Amino acid sequence: MAEAPPDANRIAAEARDRVRFEEEALALSDQVFRVARHLAGSRDEAEDLVQETYARAFRSWRSFTPGTNLRAWLLRILTNLNIDRGRRSQRAPATTPLEANDYYLYDKLSQADGAATDEEKVVERLSQDDIVSALSAVPHDFRDVIVLVDIGDFSYQDAANILDIPIGTVMSRLHRGRRILKRELADSMVEDVS
Amino acid sequence: MNDVHQDPCAHCEEMMQPYLDHILTEAERVEAEHHLDSCEWCRRRYRFEESLRVYVRQAVSEAMPVGLKEKLAALRIPLD
Repeated sequence: MAEAPPDANRIAAEARDRVRFEEEALALSDQVFRVARHLAGSRDEAEDLVQETYARAFRSWRSFTPGTNLRAWLLRILTNLNIDRGRRSQRAPATTPLEANDYYLYDKLSQADGAATDEEKVVERLSQDDIVSALSAVPHDFRDVIVLVDIGDFSYQDAANILDIPIGTVMSRLHRGRRILKRELADSMVEDVS
Repeated sequence: MNDVHQDPCAHCEEMMQPYLDHILTEAERVEAEHHLDSCEWCRRRYRFEESLRVYVRQAVSEAMPVGLKEKLAALRIPLD
């Protein structure tokens, strides 16, 4: 039997690589959506964004370097699309967002009934809705970092690459962002009580 | 909180996030743990922060919309 011409071998090998790439990307789609949901303004926007991300990823699969972090590569595309299309919620306030000290939220929550309670129980005084709306109220520069690191489990370096900012900026935004989030959560408790 | 604890506790509060992120230097980590060993007040707040991080992550995790995975699979480029 005649050997397949070199071109045919190359094309077959490339097709195999592409199929493998697509399958690996699809296997990550749950995780990509979970992060996208809080980078985008709504569930519908997140769904659109994930679809656009995968359409672009499938077209430009050759620019992915095998052996590197595919989830971070997909999120980098998604973040760029999100910025390009102006889909970030424009929440950047004219004033510096309020942040509280790190112990502030616990102090507020544990004051609610005055009794000493397990810390695990204290946290349950926050409702899921309170947490989702508090997170969405955090200005996007800070929220993006919280979402990538604390929810998406990305390393500081991956978050820096995805957002195209220095790693030191990731760390300082994460630190301040968590404090802003806690301040928002503490405020939501006050609103619930009043 | 009494005055004796005020400064060490404020310092411990500053170290909480980097402590839980495992990015303190060895000397700082020892310093934080030394304070936590003797301060139930700060210890509670550290435990709360750990619980909060897990709780927030769970609260905001949403499953992918039904049918999205199929829509994504349909975007694959057919083999020639």
